[in-house]
Amino acid sequence: MTPTVLWATVLVASAASFVLKLAGHLVPEHWLATDRVQRSSALVTVALLVSLVVVQTVADGQAVVVDARLPALAVAAVALALRAPFVVVVVLAAATAAGLRALGWG
Amino acid sequence: MHSSRPPEVTAAVRQGLSIAVATGLYGISFGALGVVAGLSVPQTMALSLLLFSGGSQFALIGVVAAGGTPLAAVATSTLLGVRNMLYGAVVAPLLQVRGWRRLAAAQLTIDESTAVAVGQRDPQAVRAGFWTTGLGVFVLWNLCTLLGALAGDALGDPRAWGLDAAAGAAFLALVWPRLAARQAQAVAALAVAVTLALVPLTPAGIPVLAAAAAAIVVGLVAPPARPGRGEGRAA
Repeated sequence: MTPTVLWATVLVASAASFVLKLAGHLVPEHWLATDRVQRSSALVTVALLVSLVVVQTVADGQAVVVDARLPALAVAAVALALRAPFVVVVVLAAATAAGLRALGWG
Repeated sequence: MHSSRPPEVTAAVRQGLSIAVATGLYGISFGALGVVAGLSVPQTMALSLLLFSGGSQFALIGVVAAGGTPLAAVATSTLLGVRNMLYGAVVAPLLQVRGWRRLAAAQLTIDESTAVAVGQRDPQAVRAGFWTTGLGVFVLWNLCTLLGALAGDALGDPRAWGLDAAAGAAFLALVWPRLAARQAQAVAALAVAVTLALVPLTPAGIPVLAAAAAAIVVGLVAPPARPGRGEGRAA
């Protein structure tokens, strides 16, 4: 993306984010309180985040590859299971990938 | 604000500040990954100041880094922001704000501020918890984004530092507390399958949107999950 397109992307996404937040404050609460809306929203959030985990971990362009990112994700999962803080999880994952690459793999 | 605060309010403020510090630090990784994804420092900062929703911000730079289209980046980011609308509907009646404060409250309506606010019983503690958490996260998240963006600029090859792996870990950390319910786990497995199947076949950004579409279908047709499992709420 060119810098102009990138700026447009950033600003349009920011405007959309604010419109959603403000809409929540303005609409009557019961409009959004239905079970189906709440459930779909929760599930969409899970699906998007999980899909992003997969893309960030094994996608390389349009190829699916196994490299240092996969063991790094496994380390992150262990850290999360042990209730490590977010920032520790991210640093451990980066350190794992960096370490494996320094040893010449992935 | 008051000379003698009720203990509930003090507890809400403390809780908000500790969450603000933890979340703010996380902003360092966002700032670094933003510039690694190809955004300038001002563009990365604009996301933290204006978009201000961690999941959406990471998603947008993720699609950009993968070479996705602007439309895919905006769509992914915006879909992740839909939950903030639901949060707004929950916290608005508790906050009772008008005028410009309502705009500020809307911008600060995110996972963390909502979770702290709805976790309080005393009405004054609800408001104290929301504003302390929202403002605290906003200030620290932006300061740390700037630090991370400047550091990311100076790092050189992001792969040598494992920063590409850090992005996957960041999304995993965001989704982790949402995977308690059985239905969420099933949708997570479905999302993995859909994404792996579509990555070789479609342009960047499309597999993520397809996973979201699959989740919407599940949400509409599946029987309701058993109540009381805390779905749809931040951890």
